[in-house]
Amino acid sequence: MELLEINNMVVEFPSRHGVFTAVDDVSLTVAEGEIVGLVGESGAGKSTVGNAVMGLLQSPGHMPSGEIWLHGERIDQLSPSDMRSIRGKRIGMIFQDPMTSLNPIETIEYQLVETIQTHLDVGTSEARRRAVDLLDQVGIPDPANRIKQYPHQFSGGMRQRVVIALALCVEPELIIADEPTTALDVTIQAQILELIKDLCKSRKLGVILVTHDMGVIAETTDRVAVMYRGRLIEMGETDQVINAPQQPYTRSLIAAVPPSNKKINRFPKVAIEESDGNALQNFDLKGHWLGRGDAFDTTVENLLEVRDLQKRFIVKSSILPRNRVYMDAIKGIDFDVRSGETFGLVGESGSGKSTVARVITGIYPDDGGSMRFAGHDLTGASGKDDARAGRQNIQMIFQDPYSSLNGRMKISSIVAEPMIVNKLTDTAEERHQIVTDLLELVGLGKDAAKKYPHEFSGGQRQRISIARALATRPRFLICDEPTSALDVSIQAQILNLLKDLQEQLRLTLLFISHDLPVIRQMCDRVGVMRHGDLVEVADTEALFEYPQHSYTQTLIGQMPKFAK
Amino acid sequence: MISYIVKRALQSVLVLLAVGFVAFGMFRFIGDPIDNMLGQERTDADIERLREILGLNDPFLVQYWNFLKGALQGDMGVSFRQGRPALDIILDRLPATLELAMVSATFAMVVGIFLGIYTAINRKGPITNFILTTSLIGVSLPTFLIGILLIYLFAVELKWLPSFGRGDVVPVGDWWTTGLLTASGLKSLILPAITLGLYQMTLIMRLVRSEMSEVLRQDYIRFARARGLKERAINFRHAVKNTLIPVITVAGLQIGSIIAFSIITETVFQWPGVGLLFIDSVQFVDIPVMASYLMMISVMFVGINFIVDMAYLAIDPRLRGGKGGN
Amino acid sequence: MDSVKRAFDSDLAWSFRHSPVAILSATVALLLILAAVCAPLIAPYNPFDPASLNLMNGFSRPMEPNAFTGDSFLLGTDDQGRDVLSTILYGMRISLFVGFAAVVFAMIIGVVAGLVAAYAGGRVDAIIMRIADVQLTFPSILVAMLIFGIAKGFTPVHLRDQMAIWVLIISIGLSDWVQFARVVRGAALVEKSKEYVEAAILIGRGPIAIIFRHILPNVLSPVLVIATISLALAIIAEATLSFLGVGAPPTRPSLGTLIRIGQGYLFSGEWWILLFPSLTLLLLALSVNLLGDWLRDALNPKLGD
Repeated sequence: MELLEINNMVVEFPSRHGVFTAVDDVSLTVAEGEIVGLVGESGAGKSTVGNAVMGLLQSPGHMPSGEIWLHGERIDQLSPSDMRSIRGKRIGMIFQDPMTSLNPIETIEYQLVETIQTHLDVGTSEARRRAVDLLDQVGIPDPANRIKQYPHQFSGGMRQRVVIALALCVEPELIIADEPTTALDVTIQAQILELIKDLCKSRKLGVILVTHDMGVIAETTDRVAVMYRGRLIEMGETDQVINAPQQPYTRSLIAAVPPSNKKINRFPKVAIEESDGNALQNFDLKGHWLGRGDAFDTTVENLLEVRDLQKRFIVKSSILPRNRVYMDAIKGIDFDVRSGETFGLVGESGSGKSTVARVITGIYPDDGGSMRFAGHDLTGASGKDDARAGRQNIQMIFQDPYSSLNGRMKISSIVAEPMIVNKLTDTAEERHQIVTDLLELVGLGKDAAKKYPHEFSGGQRQRISIARALATRPRFLICDEPTSALDVSIQAQILNLLKDLQEQLRLTLLFISHDLPVIRQMCDRVGVMRHGDLVEVADTEALFEYPQHSYTQTLIGQMPKFAK
Repeated sequence: MISYIVKRALQSVLVLLAVGFVAFGMFRFIGDPIDNMLGQERTDADIERLREILGLNDPFLVQYWNFLKGALQGDMGVSFRQGRPALDIILDRLPATLELAMVSATFAMVVGIFLGIYTAINRKGPITNFILTTSLIGVSLPTFLIGILLIYLFAVELKWLPSFGRGDVVPVGDWWTTGLLTASGLKSLILPAITLGLYQMTLIMRLVRSEMSEVLRQDYIRFARARGLKERAINFRHAVKNTLIPVITVAGLQIGSIIAFSIITETVFQWPGVGLLFIDSVQFVDIPVMASYLMMISVMFVGINFIVDMAYLAIDPRLRGGKGGN
Repeated sequence: MDSVKRAFDSDLAWSFRHSPVAILSATVALLLILAAVCAPLIAPYNPFDPASLNLMNGFSRPMEPNAFTGDSFLLGTDDQGRDVLSTILYGMRISLFVGFAAVVFAMIIGVVAGLVAAYAGGRVDAIIMRIADVQLTFPSILVAMLIFGIAKGFTPVHLRDQMAIWVLIISIGLSDWVQFARVVRGAALVEKSKEYVEAAILIGRGPIAIIFRHILPNVLSPVLVIATISLALAIIAEATLSFLGVGAPPTRPSLGTLIRIGQGYLFSGEWWILLFPSLTLLLLALSVNLLGDWLRDALNPKLGD
């Protein structure tokens, strides 16, 4: 008998625009001691399956048909109070973001003891003993003392361990882990996945691991189910699905994951996704406005030279200078970006890599050091003419496509604004023509001009963002995690577009990412940042094959291996 | 944490200084005290002598300093209308207002929090809809209309309760009189207390409801549900406690405003408190009484705010600081 | 045409069409506003014209012929023989004018202060918000009363009645800007941290253009909500001040003044002098409040109250 059996599950969300079928006829089984991956891109319905098993569908979602069996007992039609006694006791759940999953004003001890006593008839001291034991098992040092603390006194990784302890505390048979490592850095991610694997084997747990990350699937799961738009389109042993996918969607999904072990020229297209629509080949950029630009010295070897750059933020302000507390975001780093190359900056969250981008562009003022860009001095007060002249040639693509476009402006105004502000065009007709060309160039078509940002998907918005950046005819483009908010299939398209544009327009790129495989595909040279320091700079292949610094070695060692 | 307390205390003092400045400005620039103190038959010499005595010829900041010194010693000037020290008049009237405010505040808090929690947990249903609709009408009804309505119903038509005044009062100690110990005093208190508390009650209720609905959407509540905790424990332990922390601040402010809003209620019910006194003083531009009232009420507000901040500190572990050992 | 269709299809319009409460309250509010604006055209009498008054008509009951003159009044007359319906129409004019003007005044100060505080940050922000905090410590009705009292002290006695309305507008407006400032600052801080603002800096926009062209349009919906709710509050505040005798004078009565006059007849049986102005005030405040409440839910369920 299977531990969990889902038969023909359908989940619907009625709304103003009609009924949305989030899960469409999904069947799935999980055995004891088995980790089943549920993978898909955003909107595929993978989290909804987990919520439906828990009986925690958010209103107005409901399950009009299908069956859920737990150890031969049908659980989808239980009364709310019977279902409640199954939640936590027989099925545990782990949420994505450990920062918000714990009640901030109760101690860890209270939350653990309360959960244990809800399901088991044990005294408080026995419950407390079990709680300390649990914390020990999930790898929290000094559990007897730390159990008295509040959630805000734990780091993100430690909090996720507490969340796992809470999910395990009455020894459930099944765990549903919903993107358990997405909010964590790559080094922590590996530890948490290892913990889940160990617990699964040692306790004979069944685990459903919901994730969008093929790397996590490959590393962790025994079997995998691939979801696309609410339907389960492929299921099988993990090795088999990854190495010999049967369905075209699965194949393209796997192909779109940038390989970490070798460099390829272009990312493969995802077969059944929206059309790629790169129209670059239709353009003769040599004669175009975009290619003309003012006289700009492209013969210098180093387009950007950064020396001893520093940036600090005030963490605690005070009237007296000596009472102020600072955080050094950039601790004096040196690097060069050569003309025409793609220079990568990689590091975990908080390493200061995005701050570097914002100091170069002048969004944040620097606190010391020097930046020279094609003969212009970028340091000092932001209003300086020389710096402004230099920065006219620098543009940036941002991380979050949902906040990087002003929702109250039409696309035509968004793309035209840089030309108006910098007086780059002579007539309104010329400007209009360039907007049309730019939208065509990034693969959107001219109809996009009349629409507003909310009418576009994340990937399309990122294309608009690129069009806006190109409208100043930049020579240097900074890409700050340009694809980390996108699904993997869209990511491939955007990265291809960036590569093509760089080639055609002879752009120099500073490419910032936490994603090592993406860095490997995109960059010629890479700098590794940690806590505001640049610990290593090397050619990309050299860095990945022979990392010198111990931190780089850890980083590369713990990146999910995704062998095909 | 100590620095937090000191910072809040310093802020309170700054607020009081600012209010003191406004009060002083009222004295100095509105109406001429000389006009008010000397009759029609005055000579230039009289005026000059009085200016000297009152210190009106001193530099501005010296005058402000003297004003603050006086205020600290309870000297807020003499009422233009009654000829008695303004502070004495205020203190005479204060017990009536404070008793009214305490009773209404308790009513507003208890009923408001209860209804707020009820309507947040039971988001739909006839009772919730009824409470919410009534509360919207309550917010749209000006306090004075509620008072008039209650007077009409319970005093004019039913003749159950008195329509004005404080009833019989008995002295407690030298400077306090209470209506809480006599039957007529208690009967007189009912209508004004409801009138005064109703508006604050609806505000607190709506605030608790929206805060709690927000809390109920949080991940840690979903996670608590996923652990199979009982609905009672989730609602009344996890959600209510997280709800009440931000509510404390606003509720504290509301108690402060009850004292100020008593102006309206006291006018409708002719309640002999400081509010009625203040409105008279505004009508007659009796600056010393206005200024004393302002100072008194700001001391109270600042005090309440300070207590609320400290309560916040005691309840919320995140503010107490202290990082774990890792 | 395109934008009309877009507006009609928007979520806001959809939510309006599907909310009977919103439709009803918008209709009532619009009718009342229209009646107030057209008062000189539709009121049967001009209550401020002494020539048209006949003291003999005093205390006429609604819809009954007066015992002395035989004149009949739909809603009766007050002690001086003024037609209650006409005084309500003219009174509502004053209430609404004060309400709208005070909200516009508060909105301009508050929005500018909030935007500047959010964008400038640092010391400017600290000073503006400290002032707002201190003022917020005191209930707005008290602040309005104080400002009214102070302004009254400055106004020469013979001008007090004429100036009263302007003093009211300033008092209520100054007592209410904090709401706008706080909400706008909060919303603007969120907007400011978004990447489109950084993008605007990068393409060379200056601070003024960023504040007014990029940030302002994105914080307008909370401003609209606060403005609607503030209008209801301002109407109530005006009525309260006038009721307390520190607002619109009896010679130019607002709804609050009329209720103050009517309260005197609560015990003597002339109920209509009190009831009809009170009902009008309730209807006005309730419809605007309901509209604001609906707007809040429709535009942003998370606005703090």
